[in-house]
Amino acid sequence: MSDKKLSLEEVDHVAMLARLGLEPDEREMMREQLSSILDHISLLQSVDTSAIPPTAQVITLQNQMRADDVHDSLSLDEVMKNAPDSEDGMFKVRAVLE
Amino acid sequence: MQFETIIGLEVHAQLLTESKMFCRCSAGYASADPNTHVCPVCLGLPGALPVINHGAVQATIMTGLALTCSIPEYSKFDRKNYIYPDLMKGYQISQYDLPLCGGGVLPLVIDGKRKDIGITRVHLEEDTARLVHRTANGETYSLVDVNRSGVPLMEIVSEPDMRSPEEARAYLMALRQILRYIGVSTANMEEGAFRCDANVSQRTLDGSVIGPKVEIKNMNSFRSVERALAFEVERQRKALRDGEALVQETRGWVEDQGITVSQRTKEFAHDYRYFPEPDLPPLVLDRAEVDGIQSRMAELPTARRDRFIEQYGLNEREAELLTVEREVADFFEVTVDGDSDRAREASNWITGEIFALMRDSGLELEDVKISPEQIRELIELVGEDTINNRTAKEVLVAVHETGKSPREIVEERGLAQVSDEAQLLAVVRSVVDEHPDAVTDYQNGKKAAIGFLIGQVMRQMRGTANPGVARSLLEQTLAERVTS
Ligand SMILES: [Zn+2]
Repeated sequence: MSDKKLSLEEVDHVAMLARLGLEPDEREMMREQLSSILDHISLLQSVDTSAIPPTAQVITLQNQMRADDVHDSLSLDEVMKNAPDSEDGMFKVRAVLE
Repeated sequence: MQFETIIGLEVHAQLLTESKMFCRCSAGYASADPNTHVCPVCLGLPGALPVINHGAVQATIMTGLALTCSIPEYSKFDRKNYIYPDLMKGYQISQYDLPLCGGGVLPLVIDGKRKDIGITRVHLEEDTARLVHRTANGETYSLVDVNRSGVPLMEIVSEPDMRSPEEARAYLMALRQILRYIGVSTANMEEGAFRCDANVSQRTLDGSVIGPKVEIKNMNSFRSVERALAFEVERQRKALRDGEALVQETRGWVEDQGITVSQRTKEFAHDYRYFPEPDLPPLVLDRAEVDGIQSRMAELPTARRDRFIEQYGLNEREAELLTVEREVADFFEVTVDGDSDRAREASNWITGEIFALMRDSGLELEDVKISPEQIRELIELVGEDTINNRTAKEVLVAVHETGKSPREIVEERGLAQVSDEAQLLAVVRSVVDEHPDAVTDYQNGKKAAIGFLIGQVMRQMRGTANPGVARSLLEQTLAERVTS
């Protein structure tokens, strides 16, 4: 286990990727909490994996595919049920700048 | 400083599947009302689980085979994380390090010379939703139509092997042709089914200066790709010559101004945090399935062109014209119907009259109301001397306009060629009587005058006179007039 803490810049970067705006005291709090989570996860580093091939998968399933055919989609009413705002059958959101 | 241009292209092509990549909503959204082809999966609702569309996997492998790519045994999907309102889940399911297809080659012919463009990889991912931007009552906002979300999207990445905007265009045209031939995509650029981003940079021939790589986006036609790249080449060369700093960046093509502009809003280093998609088990491809896809694949354009030259004795130009579009090549071969003797005439009719008709009317081949069987009938009618070539062209247009068969039209309109000597001789004599000046010219050695006289016979016969018979009767008659 290492006691290396995340830098405040790293905290800001992660917050930006998650679209979170942090207050100054929250930055420090997140730094503490994220660092301790990373520490905890890094326990895994202590396992000897030298004899185990890397994998992207922990279950044994493979080739789960379906035929290319079409089923019914939702009705527009159902689609819009939870939408805060809509117009002409589309979700209305704040202006997206290119 | 002498510069060399380095261009690599990334093409995104929508696949022509029935259903979407990871759900069973219809992928045919073009004429659908907004948000009518959506479900919890493509809406990205919590808990919804994706399932891989086998048809999309097969289409991607077929594309890889057409580009002679390696097809690895093991492949998987990954999450590419970024937040944007057109991305419903906050991540795109894509492929990162183990794509369906590995390295391959797309051979081009440029100015008669073969040039191979390397293919880095072909992978499968999902398309994003469509955004509509509006302003009303001073408020600017955006609308999201999720129909396109989850449509299978294939990304084809080239090696940086192109050396000019013209080569980039040739690559795109050849790639589009292949995708259309094997039927995996409409590859229609204007409709967004075929999109291209370019990486372009400069280096000096001696390698002393290497400029940064610039990515160009927003090019919506083959012409705009060529224009955008030409602009960018000049911009980069000028900056390097003038000692200005060039930066590695993404620039957008502004069509109506003919320039590229920096897209600095996306300056944050892309941090996609790829990781293996936990909801999708990996793919282990069966060799027999890959072989099956190979055997179902349509003959590719270059192979077909070479075969046309070999099998039908066409010249390169004709073979090229007939194989640009698969529909035309199919039309040609159905017309020929296994009889190579008919190939020459069939090629003439298709590259001549049918193409002219398409050009003049702005129609695609499928909209031209003439079948290969009808072209064959026309060729027969000319071959058996029922009509001459000139009349045949008229009949062709009439077939397109009326939908009737060539024989019907010839009968109805009395267009059958007249070879009857007695009937033609009467017309020939009257023409000779009516044009004494031309007769004198002919007898004074102006042999070309006979062309005028044949024209007059044709006119009187409304084009139905057998030109060979008419000529010999005219020559005979003129010879008699001299002696008399
Ligand atoms: Zn869906």
